[in-house]
Parts: sequence; structure tokens; C-alpha cells
Amino acid sequence: MLDKPNKPEKQKFNVVGTSPLRPDGVDKVTGRARFGADMVAPGMLVGKILRSPHAHARIRSIDVSKAEALSGVKAVVTKDDFNADAEDQDVLYNIMAREKALYDGHAVAAVAAISQSVARRALALIEVDYEVLPHVTDVDEAMKPDAPVLHDHIFTEGVEPKPTKPSNIAQRYEFGHGDVEEGFSEADVIVERNFKTAATHQGYIEPHACLANIANDGSGELWCCTQGHYMVRNTCASLLGIDVSRLRVTASEIGGGFGGKTTVFIEPVAAALSRKAGRPVKVVMSRNEVFRASGPTSSTSSRIKIGAKKDGTITAAESELNYQGGAFAGAPADLGAMCSFACYVLKNVRTIGYDVVTNRPKQAAYRAPGAPMAAFSVESVVEELAGKIGMDPIEFRIKNAAREGEKSSYGPKFRQVGLVETLEEAKAHPHYSAPLGPNQGRGVSCGFWFNFGGQTSTSLSINIDGTVALAVGTPDIGGSRASMCLMAAEELGIGYEQVRAIIADTSSLGYNDVTDGSRVTFASGKATIMAARDSIGKLCERAAKMWDISPDAVVWEEGHAKPAGANAGEFEPLSLAEIAASAESTGGPIAGHHEVNASGAGTSFATHIVDSEVDPETGRVQVTRYTVIQDAGKAVHPAYVEGQFQGGAAQGIGWAINEEYIYGEDGRLQNAGFLDYRIPVASDLPMIDTKIVEVPNLGHPYGVRGVGETSIVPPLAAIANSVSAAAGVRLTELPMSPPRVLKAIDENK
Amino acid sequence: MHQVHVSTKINGDEIEYLCETDETLLDVLRDKLGLTGAKEGCGSGDCGACSVMLDGRLVCSCLVLGAEAQDREVETIEGMADGENLHPLQSKFLEHAALQCGICTPGVLIATKALLEKNPDPTETEVRYWLAGNLCRCTGYDKIIRAVMDTAADMRGA
Repeated sequence: MLDKPNKPEKQKFNVVGTSPLRPDGVDKVTGRARFGADMVAPGMLVGKILRSPHAHARIRSIDVSKAEALSGVKAVVTKDDFNADAEDQDVLYNIMAREKALYDGHAVAAVAAISQSVARRALALIEVDYEVLPHVTDVDEAMKPDAPVLHDHIFTEGVEPKPTKPSNIAQRYEFGHGDVEEGFSEADVIVERNFKTAATHQGYIEPHACLANIANDGSGELWCCTQGHYMVRNTCASLLGIDVSRLRVTASEIGGGFGGKTTVFIEPVAAALSRKAGRPVKVVMSRNEVFRASGPTSSTSSRIKIGAKKDGTITAAESELNYQGGAFAGAPADLGAMCSFACYVLKNVRTIGYDVVTNRPKQAAYRAPGAPMAAFSVESVVEELAGKIGMDPIEFRIKNAAREGEKSSYGPKFRQVGLVETLEEAKAHPHYSAPLGPNQGRGVSCGFWFNFGGQTSTSLSINIDGTVALAVGTPDIGGSRASMCLMAAEELGIGYEQVRAIIADTSSLGYNDVTDGSRVTFASGKATIMAARDSIGKLCERAAKMWDISPDAVVWEEGHAKPAGANAGEFEPLSLAEIAASAESTGGPIAGHHEVNASGAGTSFATHIVDSEVDPETGRVQVTRYTVIQDAGKAVHPAYVEGQFQGGAAQGIGWAINEEYIYGEDGRLQNAGFLDYRIPVASDLPMIDTKIVEVPNLGHPYGVRGVGETSIVPPLAAIANSVSAAAGVRLTELPMSPPRVLKAIDENK
Repeated sequence: MHQVHVSTKINGDEIEYLCETDETLLDVLRDKLGLTGAKEGCGSGDCGACSVMLDGRLVCSCLVLGAEAQDREVETIEGMADGENLHPLQSKFLEHAALQCGICTPGVLIATKALLEKNPDPTETEVRYWLAGNLCRCTGYDKIIRAVMDTAADMRGA
């Protein structure tokens, strides 16, 4: 039974594909659920962080003596309290400034005190002597030869010969194949345009929060809201210079992450304060700190050129994408470049990405990191090109769409993928042919995300009463515990209610990679299924023992052990509960495990249709209708799949028309709060219709594909296409805020 | 630091506490009384995650001082269910999958309960504008709006 044939397209499911109530639901509607800031410990202190007011400054000295002398202050830490030899020097530098403060909000010192008010007063007593340096926050400015240089050690990687002068361009990436120049010479029509997108923030409603309880010998516990508590453990151990085994990290309920909680900010600081004070320390970011000092997205500038024949065949495509990634290298220029043309089969394609550092907080992942900006510019040109050759934009996309067996623009060949299916659904959808009102326009866009697999460990225990305790190590950010329970129940042939899933702490389960890249339902799901199969093998062995026959003569069907056939003997089937009840006398506890570095995640595609209305007098954009069509492979819990579709679309709407990091001439962030950085509210949005397409992923036993990321890839372009249609002029810069739209309309008159 | 003595009623219980003069009601609820259902998302009244009822009025508890609760009545998410029986809104939110991470849920539920007490038959637009002060970053609001409309219909029928 361990070699179940892997033919997902033929499978019938009992519970997978239903939408039961989530196991953590009651806690979350009653206020019982414990998030990052909700934990307390006896003797707990309050930790607070002093942050640089300068975008770029040399730190001549830090005098903490007055703060340390204040009554009620138990510890003050600076860079000297961390392991200077830590493995990741950029993270070390980002969590606490060293020679220089590199952005407005960069941490420079921290205190632990007996109360909020004492901690606040202590911060005011810390004296930092800054030498203010010239700064740069714009990506194009930062790439200029005379720009202020952040790091002496960055010499652009990926160019030959390697530069001899340091610059802000950390790396150049290039992907593609064919002969682009020849391809363009074959084109009947070519469209080439430049685009810009502003930096946005994931905007999770829960600020970063953690509670550290570290003994003087460095052993201890951390409680925090994170997408990856094993990552927190390994990174904090390295930054503190202690053994990984000494630190036990528990992931709290997490109040949104979207990629922004895939690294550490305050966790090592709280741990260092706790170690120094010898008491538990809680650190909670304010919203201002979240905006200034966590990890927003890259801002970008880009140039796209696509050529096509009159029949709609794309002959060549080229993209050049510049990603502003904040104070340290690592902007997703590579992912963006790889994603930019992934929706299309191209004979000639070249994509180039630049990873650029500036005096802004280091970017972090935000849902399909790098992809939405690339799709915005590419899909805007695709829509325009379709218009120029007089072809329906969906037909144009279908003609060039990624298909099974074709080579992708970033290298590998596609396996079974569902882009054409989403486009066909879009074409047939009533939304696509619905009439438009005055000042309204319709736009379409496709989107792609790779989907991740990665290191995963899962454990499944059969309880004495026949229920099942499932331990996974990937924090649940969107209802994944329900999906895990469904997959375990499906495999074991029992009811959903009989399985309960928890997120185990780092000392209770093997290593798990971060919850990111839409990997959890795929990878933890796969590991859960395999752990269930492992336990089924053991359940069958126990049944064989009870019947005194060979284990090979036992099969598992519909939640019961049964004799494999007439030759095996005549026995009444044994239920999981019956076998569990006899566990003590048949060999002890029954559990299944699985550890894997999961591959075969299965790429995901989507097509979005958007209607927007533009007020010609104010330039205000209102999205009036929205439809998401996406391939989920197999929707394990359809209601949460829809939720991922809708959430990604809503964040995309904010990114497209509203959200923007605004820096002043002084290099300081001017809108570090939810009043001035306005994310969509309920009255801004329409209902968001969804259509789940299911083209099975051959890399998963049930055909599952991750769904979280792809949903944010098409919205920027789909909305830009709809606004451009409504305004009668091509919008090339995000966000499409009223002044920007009005300017475009006026200039077009 | 000088502390103020406050006598108040929270979810029907007589409560006394000492707080600093600059401490918010939200800090008192969370840090002094262990009522951590109200969340701090912004501390500036923009996100609504800390929504509570104060003398029957919907407020952001981060914008109210702890000292202001003297002789008032406070209702929080912890008082919404009746023992083991969930409020209809709580049940409908689960049924409609109207939450993902759940951090905004207590505030949204408190705000929605206040709406339905005021207006048992709201239009979709009225629900959207009433909830415009409660930020949710996960759901796109779609399933929240559906859960509220469905609860309102049920409660009118009951």
C-alpha cells in the first residue's frame, strides 16, 4: 500500500475538496488565540529599540551610560552584544547597526526595563554621535556612477570583467535563449515602454512581537510570530554565538506575514537583552517601526520590449528590471527576471535583472517576491501589443501561452500546467463579456509563480481512542492546519474531526523550512500524506499481529485493516480505533513520520479580469468588478483556496492604486502609519469572484499546487490595463493614485 | 510613577485596577487584566483591531485612556460568547471562512455586532462603510461581508 499509484487525475476523494471549519477557528473568534504579543512570563521586562533618524550616517560613538544608570533599566545592548562572526553578516548588520546606520529606522541600541515608560525614558538617554552622510533612496539614482555608495565591499557580481570600484549594484542576472535581435527583426509590430513601481509593505495587521527568555548560559526559549521558527532558532543562535540545541522556539499564532515574517528583526535583540538582564524580555514593534524597519518590497524601474507578427505570434521579448532592495543585497531581481516572461512560449527571449542597494530598510519577501512588478510591466505591453495588432487580448495570450513540454523563458521545460485552462475560463466567463459603464475600462492579465517545496518534517501519532495528533513544523498563516487534517484524514480513511494538527516547536520535531513560496499545502501536505502512509504500514502490522497472519496479507481500506484476500484468512475488519486501543499489547505507541526535501512543487498560473472606473475630474480609480481564475492543482480546502485568491487580489489592488513608500529629500520615510499608507478598506473593494481551475500537479500525490503567491501576480497589470482603457491613456507608473492618473489624462488631451 | 485607581465594569464584572496616566485602555486590558483578545495593530486608531464597546459605543481602545474607564462599562471580545455558546456572528464567521490569520477578527466582530444592534438590515454598502475602520489584510473582505449579511438575515429571521 506504500506504493499507491500516483495518478492524481483519476482520484476520487472523501474529505479532500470539502471546506470544514478550521481547528483553530473557535480560538480566533473568541479572542483566545495567542499571537506574538499575547504571551507573558514571570518577571518579564519590556524591551525597546533606539532607531537611527538618518538615512545614512557614520556612527562615531554610542554612550549608553546614562540609560544604564536609570532606575528600572536592566540591560542595554548595542552591536557589541552580538556575535561579530555570525554566519550571515548582513542580518547581523541589519538587526543592529555597526559602523554606519544605513536607513531611517535602522536599530542602533536597545534597552530592557521594568515598564514601557522607563524603557522610553532610557532610550532618550542614549547618546549617539552621528556623522551624517549623503544618501540615496531611488533605484535609478542609486545605479548612477556618482551615487553615494553604501558598502565598500559590493562589486557587481554577474558582469565580466568584475568591476574594480564598489557600487550599489550588487548583482546582474540574465536569463533567456534564442536570438532576440533576429526575433525583433521578424516582428510586424514592436512595443517598448518604461515602467516604475513604488515600494509597498506586506501590511500584516500584527506587528512583529516576541518574548525571549534566555538564561545566563545562553539556553532558553523564544516565543514569536514568524513564518519560520526553525529559521529564527538557527539565525538567533548564530547571532548570539550559541549552540542551536540551546534555543527552543515556539511559533505563536501569526497575524499575517505574506513573506514579511521570513527573517528576523527584533528576535535576536530580545534574546540578547534577555541574556544580559537574566530575565524574560518582550519586544513588540510599533506600527511606525514596522514600516520603517521591517522588510517592505522592492521598488522597481523597468524597460520591456516585445515584438509580434500580425498573426499574434511573439517573435522576441526582452526585459530589463531594476530592483531597489534596501540597505543590503538580495532583492528578488533574479526571481523577477525569471518570472517576467514565464507565461509565454518564446523562441527568442532575454531577461535581465539588477539587484540594487539603497538607504532604505532591507526588502523582504512579499507574496511571489519580485514577480508582480515584472508581470505589471510585461502584461501591460502584452495588452498594448494585442491592441495594436487588433487581436483579443485573451486570444493573443492563448496563442503564446506556456504549455506542457515547452521550454520556459527561465530554463526548465514545463510539466503539466494550467495557464491555457485559466485563459479559456476567462474568455468564457460572463465577466469578460459584460457591458461596461461610462468611464469604465476592462483589463486582463496573467501571472506565474514557481511554487516552492523544501525541507519538511511531519509526525503523526495515533491516539488511544483512535483520534490522530498531527505535528507539522510550518507556521499556519492561512488555514493550513485544516488542509493538513483533511489530507491526513483522507489517507487514513477517517473523519476530518478525528485529526487535530498543531505547529510543533523547534525541539519537538525535525527541521522545517520557512512557510514561504506557497510551499506548505504542497510540501507539508506531501509529508503529512507520507507520514500517514507510514502509520498505515504500522497499523497493518499490528492488525497482522492481532490476527496472527503475515503483515503482507493485510490491506488498509476505508479506515480499516482488512485481510488482503481469501487466502489471508477470514477476519472482521479492524478499525483504526480498535487497533489503537490494543497498541500497548501489540508493540506500544503507533506513529508515522516523514522527512523530505520536497521537490515537484508544480508551477502555478492565473488569469485575472478587472473592471475599473476612473473619475475624469479627480483621477480617482474605483475597482468595480474583479474575477480571479487560478489553477490550484487540487483544492484541498476550497474555501481557503478562494480566500488566498481574494486576499492576493485585494493586496494587488492596494499596490496598483494606493500604496506607496514615500521618502522625503532627507531620506526619511514620510508615511509610516496606516493613515498615510492606506491599505484597501472594505468600502474600497467590490466582491472578488473566484474560479478554481484544477489541472493536477504530477509532483503531489493528490495533485496539489500552492496557491498563495500567484494571486498577487496579475492584479497590478490587470488593473493598469483596465485603468488605461478607461482613461484612454497608458499608465506606466504605480501606484495609479489620483494625481498620477489625472496628470496622465491631462497630458493626453 | 503616580498611578490612578480605576473602578469599572468589564464584560459585566466589577473590576478595579491601577494604571499610569498615559496608559491606554488597550494596554490596561492586555497587560494588566490579561484580556488579550483586543489587538494593537497601529496604536493610532487606524486599524480597528483594538475595537471595544465603551458604554455601548464602538471605540478604538488604543485611543481611550485607561483612566477614562472610571464608572463606565466596557465590552470586549472575551464577553461576546455566552459561555460555550458562540454569538451568531462568531459561528457565521467560521462557517463562511471569513478569517485567515485571525488578528483582525476580534475587532471586526465587535464592530459588526455594534452595527447589527444599530441596523439589523444593512445593505452591502452599509456594511462595507461601517467596517471601513477595521483593516483586514488577508481576506479582501469578501467572505467577511458575506458572513455579516448572512448573520443579519438569520438574526432577523430568528
